[in-house]
Amino acid sequence: MTAQLAVFFVLAALAVIGAVSLILQKHPIHSALSLIVVMIALAGLYLLLGAEFVAAVQIIVYGGAIMVLFVFVIMLLNAGIEEHTSISKMAGAPGLLLVVALAGFVAATIARSTESIQATSQTGELASTLGISNMLFKDFVYPFELTSFLILVAVLGATVLAQREKS
Amino acid sequence: MLEYLWIVPLLPLLGAAVNGLFGAKWPNKIVNGVAIGSTGLSFLCALKAVREFFESGQVLFHKEFLTWIAAGDFRVGFDLLMDQLTVVMVLVVTGVGWLIHIYATGYMAQEGGYYRFFSYLNLFMFFMLILVLAANYVLLFVGWEGVGLSSYLLIGFYFLRKSASDAGKKAFIVNRIGDFGFMLGMFLLFRAFHTLDFQAIFTSSTLEGWPVELSGHPGTLTFACLLIFTGACGKSAQLPLYVWLPDAMEGPTPVSALIHAATMVTAGVYVVARSHILFAHAPTAMLVVAIVGCATAFFAATIGLVQTDIKKVLAYSTVSQLGYMFLACGVGAFSAGIFHLMTHAFFKALLFLAAGSVIHAVGGEQDMNRMGGLSKKIRWTYLTMLTATLAIAGFPPFAGFFSKDSILLSAFQNENGGRSAGYALYGFGLATALLTSFYMFRLIFLTFHGKQRYDEHKVHVHESPRTMLVPLMILAVLSIIGGWLAAPAMLGTGPDYFTKFLQPVFGGSEAAGPEGEVRALELTLAGIAVITALIGIMVAFWLYLKGPGKADSLAKSMRGVYTALLNKYYVDEFYAAMIVKPLLWISTNVLWKAADVAGIDGAVNGIAAGTTAIGDGVRHTQSGNTRSYAVWVVVGALVVMAVIFFWPFGGKPVLGMLR
Amino acid sequence: MVPTNYYVILSTILFGLGVFAFIFKRNIITIFMSIELMLNAVNLAFVAFSQALGRLDGQVFVLFVIVVAAAEAAVGLGIIILIARSRQTLNVERVNLLKL
Repeated sequence: MTAQLAVFFVLAALAVIGAVSLILQKHPIHSALSLIVVMIALAGLYLLLGAEFVAAVQIIVYGGAIMVLFVFVIMLLNAGIEEHTSISKMAGAPGLLLVVALAGFVAATIARSTESIQATSQTGELASTLGISNMLFKDFVYPFELTSFLILVAVLGATVLAQREKS
Repeated sequence: MLEYLWIVPLLPLLGAAVNGLFGAKWPNKIVNGVAIGSTGLSFLCALKAVREFFESGQVLFHKEFLTWIAAGDFRVGFDLLMDQLTVVMVLVVTGVGWLIHIYATGYMAQEGGYYRFFSYLNLFMFFMLILVLAANYVLLFVGWEGVGLSSYLLIGFYFLRKSASDAGKKAFIVNRIGDFGFMLGMFLLFRAFHTLDFQAIFTSSTLEGWPVELSGHPGTLTFACLLIFTGACGKSAQLPLYVWLPDAMEGPTPVSALIHAATMVTAGVYVVARSHILFAHAPTAMLVVAIVGCATAFFAATIGLVQTDIKKVLAYSTVSQLGYMFLACGVGAFSAGIFHLMTHAFFKALLFLAAGSVIHAVGGEQDMNRMGGLSKKIRWTYLTMLTATLAIAGFPPFAGFFSKDSILLSAFQNENGGRSAGYALYGFGLATALLTSFYMFRLIFLTFHGKQRYDEHKVHVHESPRTMLVPLMILAVLSIIGGWLAAPAMLGTGPDYFTKFLQPVFGGSEAAGPEGEVRALELTLAGIAVITALIGIMVAFWLYLKGPGKADSLAKSMRGVYTALLNKYYVDEFYAAMIVKPLLWISTNVLWKAADVAGIDGAVNGIAAGTTAIGDGVRHTQSGNTRSYAVWVVVGALVVMAVIFFWPFGGKPVLGMLR
Repeated sequence: MVPTNYYVILSTILFGLGVFAFIFKRNIITIFMSIELMLNAVNLAFVAFSQALGRLDGQVFVLFVIVVAAAEAAVGLGIIILIARSRQTLNVERVNLLKL
C-alpha cells in the first residue's frame, strides 16, 4: 500500500461519505455543507492526479462561488426541513430500479473493458498551467470565447429572474 | 372509301354524340334528321366501300389505322377488314339498321326521352359496325362489349319501370358470363399464336401445321373454340345463357327488332363463322356447337308454342332461329349459316316491326288473347306480317325456305360424330321447323283472324303512319327475294350464288355443295320440309280457327306439359335458386358482413382505436408531476447510453475496447 | 500509482449517488445539488482519463464543465427563487400546475 493509494482511499471515502450524507440529511443546508465536503475531497483527488490548476479552479469556483451561492439562496428562502410527500408514483420502485440499472450498466461496461488503463507518465510537464492555457487559447479558443458569452447571458438571466416584481 | 373505312362506324358515333349532348332541347324533327342522316350516310359509305371492294376484284382489304396496344411483341391496332363475309354483315347491319331507324321515328314519336333513344340507337350502330369490321379479336371484343352496353341501355330505356331495368341488368350480367368465356378463349389463342389478328392467325404456319384435334384428344384449339362459343352463347342467346332475351322484350319494339333480332344476337354466329378455320381443326367443338344449336332451336320452339305475349313468341322464335344458325356452323355449312343470318335479319326485323305496328294499332296491348280480327282493319301491317311468317315457316319461294333448307341438308349429310348424329340433328331440326310453322301461324290466326276479343269502345284500331309502313314494305320485299341468290342451285340452272360469293372466305371448310346425286337428296329434303310447314299451318288453323275452344281443351288435357311450357320450363326460377340466391348470400354474409364490415372497417377503425388507446397509455408520462419527469430523464439517459454502446455504427469505437 | 480504474469506479459511485438523490429528494435545492454532484463525478472521470492517456484535453474540458455549471447554477437558482415566491414551498411535488 503506497502512500498514494492510502491518500486516495482516504479522499475517496471522504467523498463517498459526503455524497451519502447529502442524501440522508433532512435540512438542505446540511446537504449543502456535505456537498462542500465532496468538492474538497475531489480537489484533493485532482491534486493526487497531478491536475493542480483544475484543483485550484475546483475550490475557487465550485467551492467558493457556486456553493456559496447555494448557501445564500437557502438562507434567503428560509428553507426548512423538507416535508415528506409521496405524490409521484414513478419516483418509488421504478426509480430505484433505474438507479440500479444505470449504475450496473456503467459498472458492467467498466468491468468488461479490455485494458485496465494504467497511468502512463507522471504529471510532470504535462499538467502545467502553461500547458492548459496553451490549449485553451490555441486549440479551444472558440469554446473559450463562447463561454464568456455564456457567462454574460447567465448573469443577465439571473438578474432578470430574481428581480422584485414591479407592483 | 376503303381507305377511309373508319368513316362507316364513325358516322353513327357522331350522331350519337350530337344527339346525346345537344338533343335534349331539340324538336323531334332535328333529332330524326341527325339519327337517320348519320345512319343513312353510313349505309351509303358502306355501299361505296363494297363497290370498291368488288371493283378491286374482291381482294381482301386489311388496313391498320391506329396502333392501340403495343407491348413487346403484342400489337393490337384499330385495324379494319373487308372481305366477302364483311360485305354481307356490314350491308345487313347498316341497311336494316337504317330502315329500323326510320320506323322508330314514327313508333317513338310520342315517347319521352326521344333524343336519348336515338343517341343510344346510334351508339349501338357504332359498336356493331366496329364488331363486324374489326380485323382482330380485341377490336371485335370492344364492339362485342359495346353492343352489350347499348343493349342494356336500350332494354332499360323505360328505366322507371322496375321490370325494364331488371331486364336490362339481366341481359348485361348474363352476357358478361359469356364474355368471360370469350376472353379466356382469346387468352388461349394468344398463347398459341402470339397474336390476335385474324389474318395473322388464320394464315399462320402454326395453324397449318396444327393437327386436327379429334374427339378424345382435346387440345388448345378445342378449348379455345369452346370458350369463344361460350361467349357466342351469351351474346346470341343459346342454351344455357338464353334467359335474357325473352326479358329483353321490355325494351321498345324497334330495339327488339334491331338488336335482338337482326344484328346484335347474330354477333355470336358471326364470330363462329369468322373463326371457322379454328373450328375446322377442332371437330369436337363443332359437334358441341351443332348440338347446342339444335337443342336450343327445339327447346325454344316448344316454349314459343304457348306464349300469349306477341313479342315473347317472337323472342323465343329468335332464339330458335339462332339455334339453326349455330347448327349450320356446327356441321360445317358456314355460308348456309350466314345466309340464314341474312334472311332471318330481314323477316325477323319485319316480324318485330309489324308486331310493333299491331301493338301501336291496339293502343299498347301485347296479349294476343285480347286481339283478333284485325286483318281487315290494319291491312298493310297484316300483309307484311303474313309475308314474314311465310318466310320464317319456310315456304318457297320466300327467303326462309332456301336458307333453312340448306341448313337441314348439311345437317343430314353431317358425318362429324357419326352418321347417326347427323340424322338426329336433322330430325330435331325438322321437328323445330314444324313447331316454327305452327306457332308463327298461331300468332297470325290469334292476332288477325277470328273474333275480335278486345273492347271496340276502348281500343281505336288505326293503321300506322307511313314512316312505319314503308320500312315494313321494304323488308317484306327483301323477305321475298332475299333467298333467290340460292335459287338457281336448287332449280338446277346455276350455282348457289351466295355460297359461291363466300367461297373465298369459307372455301376450305365448306361442306359439299349441292352437285350430282346430292341434288336429288336436296330436293327430297326440301319437299319434306315444305310438307312439314304445311302440316304446321294446318294444325294451327284447326286448333285456332276451326273451333274456338279446341286449343283450350287441348291445353287442359295436357295440363302438366302446358304449364311447364307456359312457365318456360321454370328455368329462370331454377337459375334464381341455384345461382342467384347463393351468390347473394355469399355477397351479403361473406363479402359484406365478414370481409368488408368486420375485416376492412374493423382494421381501419381498429387502427384508429389502437392509436387512441396508445395515446391514452402514453398520456401518463405527461403527468404534471415533476419527480416522475426526473425519472423519465434518467430513463432517457439509460436509453442513450445503451444506444451508444450497442448500436452498430455508434458503438464500434467503444465496443472495440470491450471484450 | 493508483490504477485509473479506481478513479472511474469512484466516479461511478458518486454518479449513482447523484442520480439517487435526483430521484428521491423532494427539496428543489437538494435536487439541484445532486446535479452538481453528478457533474463533479464526471469531472473526476475526465481528469483521471486525462492523466491516464497523457493528454490535457480532459482537463480543459473539465474547466468548461465548471464554467457551464456555474452559469447553470446562477440561472437555476434564480428560477428556484421565483418558484419559491410563487408557490410558497420548496417541495418539488407541489409544483404541479400542469397536472390534470
